[in-house]
Amino acid sequence: MENAAPETAISEIVWTEVGSIDDIPVLGSRVVRTPDGDIALFRTAADEVFALEDACPHKQGPLSQGIVHGRRVTCPLHSWVIELATGEAVAPDEGRTGHVPVRVEGRSVAIALAEAKLSRGGCRKACGHV
Amino acid sequence: MDMHLSSNNGLAVESDAIELNESELRSAGLARERLVVVGNGMAGMKTVEELLAKAPGRFDITVFGAEPHPNYNRIMLSPVLAGEKTFDQIVLNSREWYDANGITLLTGEPVEGIDREGKTVVSQSGRVVPYDRLLIATGSMPFIIPVPGSTLPGVIGFRDLADVDAMLAAAAKGGRAVVIGGGLLGLEAANGLRVKGMEVTVVHLMPTLMERQLDPSAGMLLQRELERRGIEVLTGADTAEIVGNNQGGDGWVSAVRLKDGRELPADIVVMAVGIRPNMALGKAAGLECGRGIRVDDRMRTSDPSIYAVGECVEHRGVTWGLVAPLFEMAKVLAHDLAGGEGAAYTGSVTSTKLKVTGVDVFSAGDFSGGAGTEDIVFRDAARGVYKRLVLKDGKLLGAVLYGDTKDGAWYFSLLKDGADVSAERDTMIFGQGFGSADAGDPNAAIAALPDSAEICGCNGVCKGAIVKAITEKGLTSLDEVKAHTKASASCGGCSGTVERLLAVTLGDGFTAAPKVKPMCKCTHHTHDQVRAAIVGRGLKTMAEVFQAMEWTTPDGCASCRPALNYYLLCAWPGEYKDDYQSRYINERAHANIQKDGTYSVVPRMWGGLTNAAELRAIADVVDKFAIPTVKVTGGQRIDLFGVKKEDLPAVWADLNAAGMVSGHAYAKGLRTVKTCVGSEWCRFGTQDSTGLGVKLERMTWGTWTPHKVKLAVSGCPRNCAEATIKDLGVVCIDSGYELHVGGNGGLHVRACDLLVRVATEEEVLEYTGAFMQLYREEARYLERTAPWVERVGLDHIKAALVEDPERRRDLNARFLFSQTFSQDDPWAERAAKGVDRHEFNLLAEVG
Repeated sequence: MENAAPETAISEIVWTEVGSIDDIPVLGSRVVRTPDGDIALFRTAADEVFALEDACPHKQGPLSQGIVHGRRVTCPLHSWVIELATGEAVAPDEGRTGHVPVRVEGRSVAIALAEAKLSRGGCRKACGHV
Repeated sequence: MDMHLSSNNGLAVESDAIELNESELRSAGLARERLVVVGNGMAGMKTVEELLAKAPGRFDITVFGAEPHPNYNRIMLSPVLAGEKTFDQIVLNSREWYDANGITLLTGEPVEGIDREGKTVVSQSGRVVPYDRLLIATGSMPFIIPVPGSTLPGVIGFRDLADVDAMLAAAAKGGRAVVIGGGLLGLEAANGLRVKGMEVTVVHLMPTLMERQLDPSAGMLLQRELERRGIEVLTGADTAEIVGNNQGGDGWVSAVRLKDGRELPADIVVMAVGIRPNMALGKAAGLECGRGIRVDDRMRTSDPSIYAVGECVEHRGVTWGLVAPLFEMAKVLAHDLAGGEGAAYTGSVTSTKLKVTGVDVFSAGDFSGGAGTEDIVFRDAARGVYKRLVLKDGKLLGAVLYGDTKDGAWYFSLLKDGADVSAERDTMIFGQGFGSADAGDPNAAIAALPDSAEICGCNGVCKGAIVKAITEKGLTSLDEVKAHTKASASCGGCSGTVERLLAVTLGDGFTAAPKVKPMCKCTHHTHDQVRAAIVGRGLKTMAEVFQAMEWTTPDGCASCRPALNYYLLCAWPGEYKDDYQSRYINERAHANIQKDGTYSVVPRMWGGLTNAAELRAIADVVDKFAIPTVKVTGGQRIDLFGVKKEDLPAVWADLNAAGMVSGHAYAKGLRTVKTCVGSEWCRFGTQDSTGLGVKLERMTWGTWTPHKVKLAVSGCPRNCAEATIKDLGVVCIDSGYELHVGGNGGLHVRACDLLVRVATEEEVLEYTGAFMQLYREEARYLERTAPWVERVGLDHIKAALVEDPERRRDLNARFLFSQTFSQDDPWAERAAKGVDRHEFNLLAEVG
């Protein structure tokens, strides 16, 4: 069950273990603090895990505090709806927040920070990400 | 993938001494190669069958089986257990077949070792058989969870015929069975044992059944159906220990103890939590192993003379437990063994079907999608159908079907072929063929229903009765059908279906009623219809509402979920369990989120009263946690702004220590009761307005309401507490109290309507409880009292509260009853008891 695998393996991906999937409530979120800012990890009803920069593209609302439904989260500040898999805002709103590759092995969740496509902290690799 | 199939059994043969000649012939290129197959299960024998078809006579074949039977269809053990089939009916290849094909079959003879240098295998009985090529197909073993008592007599796996015989023997005596594991195998075992007359409890670790194959909606439907059949299902249940019967001295299993302390009496325990590749033989022989014996795309192990297929292998890091992948592996291997080239096994797309008669469940592919996937959901409450398709880039990625699985094979082939389904996207949920002749006609499914199909669940009206009424009485509208048949007259959940029936029956003579605004995009039903269904049909979980009211999304959205959570909470106090993830963040964090992601904290000050100790404690908290802003609110409370989320429990602990509790400034519930000082100090005061405010706040705090509720009590008609722009305002007068309702000082200012004048505080309290409850039961979620009063009219409210004292008393009693479940300080629970700790802690800190 590996979600959001990076499109290209530039080099060996460095995975950072952040905890167990059981630590994230179903249809809920938890936060991982990193030097580049907070990362929100979401768990869907189907036990998928996604990671986004914890900032809405609208006014940087903490997406980790939103309501998760399907594969989307609704921002707690102004109800923008963000796609968990891509960080993209659902139309008619426009914008995108950074997303981070996630790996789930057994119950253990890891994120690939170096592969992250963060907007706030800036992209750490020239990944050609749009 | 925990499930089924294949492996080893085996039997008798006599090969032996002749070998010298043969081997000489072989070196001379004149004799056949010797293929030894370890494992007489489905994977091994499928390989042999395919090989015989492709290259008959190419090998001298010897098959070892550990079980004392010929090769049988392991996936049909469930029907054998349920008494729907006999063993003979599931035998795949009889002993005669082995004879006819010149295969030496050795059953009841497990292989104990491989001598790779000498190229021989040795069986348990000491028989040594040489090979040129060896195929390991030893299948898997049930995974036995390592709890105390797991090896007691009476603890049974569900793997082979011996297990089935053991279960049947136990079932013949009746009694109780506990099945550990609510996956495919566990549920089939549970059903079989129930059919055989046992009392059955399924213990499942996860929150919903078959969570690997089904989404929560389908899992819920399955659970209800199994419960209807008399099987008890415990989800989220973790086994701590299996207890033996020590008194009798035989140690036979007597109960299963769960981690939460519950003890379930058991005469047998079936362990069906999953399977483990049976790779012991390969491992002992030094073959490369991971979770199974590692094979390449041609099913070769790390020894070029040795192959492996089926559940015992690990291929590209994956192990398999379903029949289709095993057969796909077998085909590739047979091709290779037959001298063919270019065949490669690259993994499988799988589908599963539960083999419980009368329960149609199908799942295929991957519904843990990823970027860019979309869901198509179809629910038909009348037929008990739930379908969900997951699409990505115009292709089908996964499918879950419950109640109607006839299109499973079609979806599966679309999925396996990676077919472009963009053209059928809008209609494919209705099934194959729908897209062609009847393109876009949603009435076809209704037309196809039998007359006996129940359309209206509330009033038990079937299709035939509705059609008869339409034709015989000349009905042309939904309202007429409602009036004549009662169909859709209660919750309205089936109104769409009834309209489609009208359209089908009348053809062009029918024009649909104008559409009402639905709750949200997940449903075509209104707030009022959904609410009526919750109460009228006894829907007690969100999943039941989704199904009964035909939600088009798997788990709702941020708009409908909080509403449903409220409606369920209001309808079933003490019974419905609040759904934490369906609450807005403020109600989860019990504080108000601010624009920078910090929170504000408002302690309760009953009726606006405070004292030196409380103020000192607040000041200390402000200093200790470096709280940047302190402000007095419009509701006479003190608001602390800029508190970091992780500090909230500690802030609350300090406030609790000074006797303060949550002010619920974040709640769709009672916020504040604003007061003036009244007769205690004021020279104009007529009554004790502050004291009455405290009483009202003590009675109403902690309640959940459709939207926030603010009260006020003014001590005289000068109305310093601004009581006439509150949801409920009390204005004290010489002769008693005026009660005003439905006011609002916000976006649209609305002055209250005068509801009634009363003489005593007791009456004020009773009216307030009754008004709150009427609002709770009748207003739509997020509707303040002002628009609600305007919508239903003051007369409606007066009729319920003023003109009908009995109803007023009932409403107040229901309010007070629901309050017994809601008046716990949420701050104390989190500060002292660690409730929802995850909400306030980071998952991790890295870098």
